[in-house]
Amino acid sequence: MAVLKKNASVETAIGLSEANASDYIALLKPRVMSLVVFTAVVGLMAAPGHINPVLAVIAILSIAVGAGASGALNMWYDSDIDAIMKRTANRPIPAGRITREEVLTFGLLLSAFSVVTLGLFVNLLSAFLLAFTIFFYAVVYTMWLKRSTPQNIVIGGAAGAFPPMIGWAAVTNSVGVESIVLFLIIFLWTPPHFWALSLFMSDDYAKAKIPMMPNVMGEASTKFQIFLYTLLVVPVAVLPWIMGFAGIVYGVFSIGVGAMFTFYAWTVWRAPVGPAMIKPAKKMFAFSIFYLFSLYAVLLGEILVRKALFLAGA
Amino acid sequence: MSDDRVTLTPKQKRAQRSRSIALALALAAFVILVYVGTWAKLGAKILERQM
Repeated sequence: MAVLKKNASVETAIGLSEANASDYIALLKPRVMSLVVFTAVVGLMAAPGHINPVLAVIAILSIAVGAGASGALNMWYDSDIDAIMKRTANRPIPAGRITREEVLTFGLLLSAFSVVTLGLFVNLLSAFLLAFTIFFYAVVYTMWLKRSTPQNIVIGGAAGAFPPMIGWAAVTNSVGVESIVLFLIIFLWTPPHFWALSLFMSDDYAKAKIPMMPNVMGEASTKFQIFLYTLLVVPVAVLPWIMGFAGIVYGVFSIGVGAMFTFYAWTVWRAPVGPAMIKPAKKMFAFSIFYLFSLYAVLLGEILVRKALFLAGA
Repeated sequence: MSDDRVTLTPKQKRAQRSRSIALALALAAFVILVYVGTWAKLGAKILERQM
């Protein structure tokens, strides 16, 4: 039976893919994944106790693949609005390189593999937390909150905050108060980070009808809330030192970068509404990435030095 | 025999090859992960099972 025609352009129409491996990697949101891996490593290293290094690598790989899977599921569900927004229009689905069905299958398969692998090789608590994180990002944030409330990234931010807690659980098989602090730092950092972005990308969000804070409550209210959340996250970021699971270097550093973060948030808040606000918002956004990354980097550095000194003394 | 077969364009061939290599690497990595992970998880206990 002659089902297929020889004309290659027709074949593309009937589903022959031109997607490269790099398109599938793009579905995993590698940049988001790198921050997830980094914070999970910090949670794992900060946890008291011992984990076999091979199992630690498997835990981090599983968390990375789980994060990638939730990114793919997000792109599957959001392909309609991704096509509208400049920032996302070239993603594999809106660009026509991969079909939605393929992405859904890819996302579900990777979710299952990552959770089962973590559960079999590490422990069930960390596997449950990973499964919950994927569910929270793909269903609670992407399918529900993102299109329905300006509080979308406030609540949805929890999904990005879980990785250090999963890393901690991989070692201790528990959720300690320390891992809750690591969670809270990312959770409270998310609103000022994303709202700073939305201040200079609000047209894109409005075009896609996503109810981001500036489009719903106005820019003045958003700027004020950025400042409020910054005032919340800065003292919480000092807690690891106060609680004793980070040292003096982290303590001084977190106060220093916290003061700078507050300054940037203050300049955004005091900037007049309109085009004049774009520059401070962009600076705030860029600094917010440095802020979170550097806090976790200094914490990790301290932990590594402490472990090295312990080994040298042993 | 009918010649009504699919003829891939060069771009489709390149894409298919790229996907095949990536899939092979991912499968190989998973096999190694399960093997090494089993040793790390169970250690010498692997050998202590009843035959």
